Amino acid sequence: MSLSTQPADPRRDEGIAQPKLGTLGLLRFAWRQLTSMRTALFLLLLLAVAALPGSIFPQRSIDAVRTTDWIARHESAGPILDRLGFFEVYASPWFAAIYLLLLVSLVGCVLPRSKVHWRAMRSQPPRAPKRLERLAAHESVTLDGSPDAVLADVRAALTSRRFRTHSHDDSTVSAEKGYLKETGNLFFHLALIGVILGMAWGHLMGWKGDVIIPVGQTFANTAARFDTLSPGPLVDTANFEPFAMKLTRFDAVFETDVKGQGQFGSPRDFTAYVDFTKEPGAKVEKKVIRVNGPLETGGGTAFLLGNGYAPRLTVKDADGKVTYSEVTPFLAQDNLYTSVGAVKVAGAGPVGKQLGFAGLFLPTAVLDEQGPRSVFPDALEPALALSAFEGTLFPGGRPQSVYSLDTAEMTQLKNKEGTDLLRIWLTPGQTYTLPGGQGSITFDGVERFAGISIRSDPGKEVTLVSALVALLGLLLSLTIRRRRVFVRVAPADDEGRTVVSIGGLAKDDDEGMGEQLEDILTRLKERRT
Amino acid sequence: MTHETLASYANVSLYSAMVVLTLSMLGYAVYLAGLLPARDAAVESADAQDRELVAAGGGTVSSDASSDGAASPTPTDSEVPLRARKAGGVAQTLAILGTLLLFASAALRGASVERWPLGNMFEFGVASALFTMVVFVVWGLRRDLRWLGIFVVAPVLVLLGLANTVWYTEAAELMPSLKSIWLVIHVTVATISVGLFAVGFVVALLYLAKDRFGESRGVLRAVPDSRTLERLAYSLHIIAFPLWTFTLIAGAIWARQAWGSYWNWDPKEVWTFIIWVVYAAYMHARVTRGWRRQSATWIAVAGFACIIVNYSIVNMYFVGMHSYSGL
Repeated sequence: MSLSTQPADPRRDEGIAQPKLGTLGLLRFAWRQLTSMRTALFLLLLLAVAALPGSIFPQRSIDAVRTTDWIARHESAGPILDRLGFFEVYASPWFAAIYLLLLVSLVGCVLPRSKVHWRAMRSQPPRAPKRLERLAAHESVTLDGSPDAVLADVRAALTSRRFRTHSHDDSTVSAEKGYLKETGNLFFHLALIGVILGMAWGHLMGWKGDVIIPVGQTFANTAARFDTLSPGPLVDTANFEPFAMKLTRFDAVFETDVKGQGQFGSPRDFTAYVDFTKEPGAKVEKKVIRVNGPLETGGGTAFLLGNGYAPRLTVKDADGKVTYSEVTPFLAQDNLYTSVGAVKVAGAGPVGKQLGFAGLFLPTAVLDEQGPRSVFPDALEPALALSAFEGTLFPGGRPQSVYSLDTAEMTQLKNKEGTDLLRIWLTPGQTYTLPGGQGSITFDGVERFAGISIRSDPGKEVTLVSALVALLGLLLSLTIRRRRVFVRVAPADDEGRTVVSIGGLAKDDDEGMGEQLEDILTRLKERRT
Repeated sequence: MTHETLASYANVSLYSAMVVLTLSMLGYAVYLAGLLPARDAAVESADAQDRELVAAGGGTVSSDASSDGAASPTPTDSEVPLRARKAGGVAQTLAILGTLLLFASAALRGASVERWPLGNMFEFGVASALFTMVVFVVWGLRRDLRWLGIFVVAPVLVLLGLANTVWYTEAAELMPSLKSIWLVIHVTVATISVGLFAVGFVVALLYLAKDRFGESRGVLRAVPDSRTLERLAYSLHIIAFPLWTFTLIAGAIWARQAWGSYWNWDPKEVWTFIIWVVYAAYMHARVTRGWRRQSATWIAVAGFACIIVNYSIVNMYFVGMHSYSGL
């Protein structure tokens, strides 16, 4: 496919006259159709169209919540589109079918062309046509000197212009240059295969894991320690690099200047300071992870992809015994870091008598007629707004999110008077005593957490190098011109002079061919004087 | 100078650029108006010459030369009325001045926020206008492009108007994920290639119009023949396409740094890829036997339509990680 500078293969026409194709013939016919330029072009356009829905509809792999929400809101269209793969476009069979066919078409086109080009590069330019004046660009001059001497200079002039020359007889020179055009073109297409292979390798051998690390806590790189882990099919999750990192400090800067629409409170800078140990017992290194500044850990790369707040909470029972004391991350829901989370006090009592708290963390809290909300993302006036529940925390042992309570088998506590549902409002240092001898909950303080994503993609280098080779090949194939020049010498009517006819043959439009011939003739004349 | 002063100078510079470019556009219009009668005269004299030669049994004139002559009777400069030539010259100078003012505006804006001035949609708009003008002006130094002036400057003015009204954003610092050297590399190259694609798109449209409505219809008489137009459009696209390829690669490298993965199927990524595929299809269509140049050029036009969608709809309405429109 594509931009070929090779002459059309005349053998392509064979077999057309055969009356019966047979199975083999039919296969060959199908293969030719698939590897033809028209098909490649059609598949390219189809690929562009097929990629479209993925940008319009939410994609499950990118935002599962929004996808589920979309399907729920579109009762009739949602499930149908879902079945057709519109929420998983880039993993859908029809998308794969298009790019795989394109890949096959590409291979089927590029490999034969590579063979043809390989031969062309090792062979000599073809014999000069009989009548050079029939070529689109041609010229004729008469010079002093014998035909042989002139021809030798013609050859020199062409060589100095990087032409490959060959004489099929005593009176002509055939010359050709610009082989790199087709070389670049082929490299471009072959490198695209490299890009795909690199992506596939990365998919099979790569993995990514996300973990939330509050300030002061340590993360050790084992599969179990991740909050979510998605390994490729060929990844051995038992053998991760044994590094560890302790988050010692997390800095967040937000815009405080009131200027520009929507700029107030915008994030400006996030920095995570970690104590990094390459393996147990190794020396502790002070490292920094920033947005745009990941940390290479050896077995992967650690990216800072999120952050938020983790209140330190203590729950005691009626006797004052501590039943829960943990730094509990709350997940930010908006740009003002209104965060949701849950406290699950499994040790508060037997199953059925367990305590749970759920609600909001507000970094700069305001409580007014609009309800509790945050007005700035930095922790200036932090507060917790919680509801309390009693009952069974993990009904049926079903998996559940750590940021929300499953209240299916829980009842919400009421206030002392029993008139209304209990609403707890806590600022740092405050303790709330629960009604009915249920104990107390204390908001000790608040830490920041860093959302770290650790990823390994062993295929990325292959993809990058292939992409750069493709770019280089593209540049060669678009800038270099393939040109053939033929020269014929004949003795002129007056003794001792020679008529030099020159003709040029180029692929496609070549405005510069005339200039090229002029240039060669000028060089030739320079040599003759 | 305070940042606010610099930002206000940037805006003054931008308004001045718009005034200058408007005058430049008027100049190009006067030039085209003067060029038309001159071209008609050139056609007539060429026809007359042909007739004479034919009458004299001039079989020596190859068919190639005569058809070329009829299709592109480029009047020599002296045949264009003096007033039109003056207007064309003034328009050219004003276009250069307007480009410099746009450059100054972008530079001042950058200085006022101490960062590369490509951080929101307003700044993209101004930069695209700037690079489109740079492409046109620089190319215009190499060949006579006065016929193209009005077709480039007018859309550039529309773009600047949109940037100034709909997309205007106060100068401000960037969010953390945009603070990277790759912003400079990736977005700048993207905008340069958009500038090239834009001029290529204008020439492609002129070619299609000329092909559709005939060589000597209305204002189309003033532009070069369709064969030349088609070639010019192609040559612009083959410069822009590798730059777009580079944009894609640089974007992937940056995505890996900032988001952890070089390809995330983010809407903007998808559209960048779609644009790349469409232009790749254009290049293929142009060398596919059985495909007419017109059909191929339509694909290039579709490519630019995708760029416009990518710039406007995707930025403003599609949810993704590239949501930096500043709106």
